[in-house]
Amino acid sequence: MQATGRLRGVLPGMIAKPQGNRSSDRLLYWLVVPVFIISILPILRLGFEGVMVGGVPSFDYFRDVLGSSSTWRATGNSLYTAGLGTIISILIGGSFAFLVALTDIRAKAALVFCFMIPMMIPPQITALSWVQLTGPSSALLNAIGMAPPMGSPQPLYSAEGIAMLLGIQHASIVFLTLRANLRMLPREQIEAARLAGARGGRLWWQIILPLTSPGLIAGTAMAFVTALGNFGIPAMLGIPAGYQTLPTLIYQKLAGFGPSVLGEVSVLAMLIGAIAICGVALHHRLLSKRDYRLMGMVGRPLDVKLGARRTLVETTLWAVLVGILVIPLLALFTTALVPAFGVKLTFANATFEAFREVMFVQPSTIRAFQNSFVLSVGAAIVLVLLCLPLAYVMVRRPSGVTKLINLLVEVPYALPGVVLAIACILLFIRIPLLDVSLYGTLGIIFIAYLARFLVIALRPVMNSFTQLDPALEEAAQACGAGLSRRLRDILLPLAAPSAAAGALLVFLTAFNELTVSALLWSAGNETLGVLIFNLDDSGDTVLASAVAVLVVLVVIALMSCFQLAARRLPKGVVPWQT
Amino acid sequence: MADINLSRITKCFGDYRAVNQVSLDIADGEFVALLGPSGCGKTTLLRLLAGFEEPDHGQISLGGQIMASPENGIMVSPEDRNLGIVFQSYALWPHMTVARNVGYPLEVRGLNRAEQDRKIAEALDIVALGPYADRSPSELSGGQRQRVALARCLVMEPRAVLLDEPLANLDVHLRETMQQAFLDFHRRTGATMIYVTHDQSEAMAMADRIAVMDKGHIRQMAAPETLYREPADLMVAGFVGAGAVLPVQDVSVGSNGACSVQLGDARIAARICPKLNESQTNVNVGLCLRPEDVWVTDDAPLRGQVEDCVYLGGRFRLSVRIGEGHSLPVYANRRARIGEQVGLKVSDGWVFDRMAGEAA
Ligand SMILES: Nc1ncnc2c1ncn2[C@@H]1O[C@H](COP(=O)(O)OP(=O)(O)OP(=O)(O)O)[C@@H](O)[C@H]1O
Ligand SMILES: [Mg+2]
Repeated sequence: MQATGRLRGVLPGMIAKPQGNRSSDRLLYWLVVPVFIISILPILRLGFEGVMVGGVPSFDYFRDVLGSSSTWRATGNSLYTAGLGTIISILIGGSFAFLVALTDIRAKAALVFCFMIPMMIPPQITALSWVQLTGPSSALLNAIGMAPPMGSPQPLYSAEGIAMLLGIQHASIVFLTLRANLRMLPREQIEAARLAGARGGRLWWQIILPLTSPGLIAGTAMAFVTALGNFGIPAMLGIPAGYQTLPTLIYQKLAGFGPSVLGEVSVLAMLIGAIAICGVALHHRLLSKRDYRLMGMVGRPLDVKLGARRTLVETTLWAVLVGILVIPLLALFTTALVPAFGVKLTFANATFEAFREVMFVQPSTIRAFQNSFVLSVGAAIVLVLLCLPLAYVMVRRPSGVTKLINLLVEVPYALPGVVLAIACILLFIRIPLLDVSLYGTLGIIFIAYLARFLVIALRPVMNSFTQLDPALEEAAQACGAGLSRRLRDILLPLAAPSAAAGALLVFLTAFNELTVSALLWSAGNETLGVLIFNLDDSGDTVLASAVAVLVVLVVIALMSCFQLAARRLPKGVVPWQT
Repeated sequence: MADINLSRITKCFGDYRAVNQVSLDIADGEFVALLGPSGCGKTTLLRLLAGFEEPDHGQISLGGQIMASPENGIMVSPEDRNLGIVFQSYALWPHMTVARNVGYPLEVRGLNRAEQDRKIAEALDIVALGPYADRSPSELSGGQRQRVALARCLVMEPRAVLLDEPLANLDVHLRETMQQAFLDFHRRTGATMIYVTHDQSEAMAMADRIAVMDKGHIRQMAAPETLYREPADLMVAGFVGAGAVLPVQDVSVGSNGACSVQLGDARIAARICPKLNESQTNVNVGLCLRPEDVWVTDDAPLRGQVEDCVYLGGRFRLSVRIGEGHSLPVYANRRARIGEQVGLKVSDGWVFDRMAGEAA
């Protein structure tokens, strides 16, 4: 025997077991089952419903729905508002992206943060705050004596009003994708063009714009599909004006329950899903034709010196932000302070009574806060627990199955919310085999949330596993640690920040959700999103505004948490930091 | 006993055979270096040993126990092999202190606290990192991190330590210190060590034996000096050390492995590879000359033209062209003009089959 560490051989477990190595890993594949159930089964069920009438295959529903003029009017309206909204998004988000990514303006971080807020604020709140800003009964305008005379129309209750708010709501989507693209634009390519003699407009039209077209196309497609599925804005602005888009048509049909209603809304949901898929497919087609590999050193983006014009540009950008973010929220806040709707607000009569009312008095608002809280915290926890092992399998044991899963988890998030909601109703109204119904319970909303937000929780965790050196895990394996031990001691602690970020993102998104719950709620099971919508619908605008202000505060507080933690999180976890 | 035996191991990635029919016997306590050009399969071979990859064919055994044998459906997982590994990237866990990193193998084995602490302290002392126990790995230098990784291997008293280019991330000065640290470690523990590197001087300085790999095969496995003086084939002769392999004719074999060959106008006395049998002696025979064995003298029959002259500090390295398209590195004490004719005296050489190993 030699010195200290004379090598000892025999260890328990040394006895060779046939294929023992990977058997524990195989268990991981069972994770695929819940993912399949929540993300694909409802959609399959939806497809089935449209072609079955009373258990017999038939195209009756298709014939009825597609033959109805209201279907085509709503489709036209949807395309018009989503299309116009997308153009507005491109104009706002595009110019912000170019200016922030390519020039030397100051305070970029603050600008980006503020620009992201509209995306994070739920659409019905955006709509509510804009309605409170314009029109004859605006508390803000009344307080400063600038309100239009009573009886004059609310300008936002129109197709263009809907489109404008859709545009503002989704400008950040265009901004994010375009900026990610612009940051990869190496300065050498621009410099080479300038050496070749291109300058000014030529440089922009012939070099920069073509090079950034992939980001622009991707952003456009995403903004369009999201606008198409938006329910909150057309519901708040369109329903009072009798202007229907596909999501609001589905909502209204579902509200007037009849024997054939499920079949009909299924067809409508398929129609809107088909339009969304066309949008995405077009985007892929366009992108596949332009493979502009951006060559050169990445990470040294262009930094155009604006010189004397810098202050002007900065002022304009901040003025736009004030216009699309600060003033509407101010209007919302003012409305929440008036003692009763329509009363002129003064310093003397401003009151926080509405806040007290919604937080401590009204049982329905307290219940909605509780419901949304339970749903979003529950979804965040369940999804993170599911995503940790799932992301592990997808990153470390890639196979055909995991590649498929990678695509499938996107589906419920990419499809408009109404499609998923209808699909969940169909699947869970009577669960096959068990013969119980989840419809009319919080459970159905919960499952829909799990399906819709799975991908939000999954991506950050996958991201962190991808960035993790595999040797860290192998070192533990060589130390004798089995799979569960490695997950607990090595992988979990290292993935924890991303998992937390994913959970927070799920919470943020679910807490404000309207589209899915608007179709799935029932008395006693309202969510915050539904509550704001219903309060406003029944004329309790002051209370609706108070709830909305509280939600906005929660959103901004959570976003600030992200901003503060950003440096400690892996790259790409905080959505607005690329 | 923890000798390691690999027999006819093959590992494919898709159609590509990253490791091809490799057989290797490593004795208990030996320090073996795996040397070869980038992409030749060194890492793959090490990972096969460690159990992170499963071989497609062949058998791996460790101290007489079969670790992997696809033909018999045996595959012992890495956590059950008790092998220590040192990675190029250190693979220290950033969320644990140095002491916890080192003690993790003991934690997994469920040792009691006191025992753990004693062993951790002992291991940290061996790598001279006692005072750093409570730091986090991010607060250490590269060399210190690698020593922590080594200490982590040490506490688990592994049957062998596998090292994959452990010094590649360190600067030249630190490398020498760390080489010494590894050698000390080897002497103190007597552990079997398998050390992957593509740096031949590192392999020569440290290993008892070196296995030279190329395209998934092991070309030669021998002590460093044997490898240098008696390369088995063209690849090894070219890869290890400076020198040149020249085609020669007219080999006359003497006794005791001596021979003489004709090179240009000169007759050169050399050693001959025992594997080279009579029948082959005139076809693909090569002469491996090392610069130490060649002298510049004016009156030698072998003449050449100086193509290049580089000052190395203390001596010059000439590149001398002899005959058609062959040049030879030679050391000289004085500067030579480019184009100058010089005479070369050859004191030793190694004659072998230039085509050996090529068929495989
Ligand atoms: N997981 C894998 N999948 C596919 N091919 C692989 C994989 N791992 C290694 N290879 C291939 O096997 C060959 C040998 O790789 P290996 O990493 O063993 O080389 P190496 O000798 O360690 O090289 P280096 O000195 O560059 O580290 C390479 O051609 C590599 O591309
Ligand atoms: Mg390698």
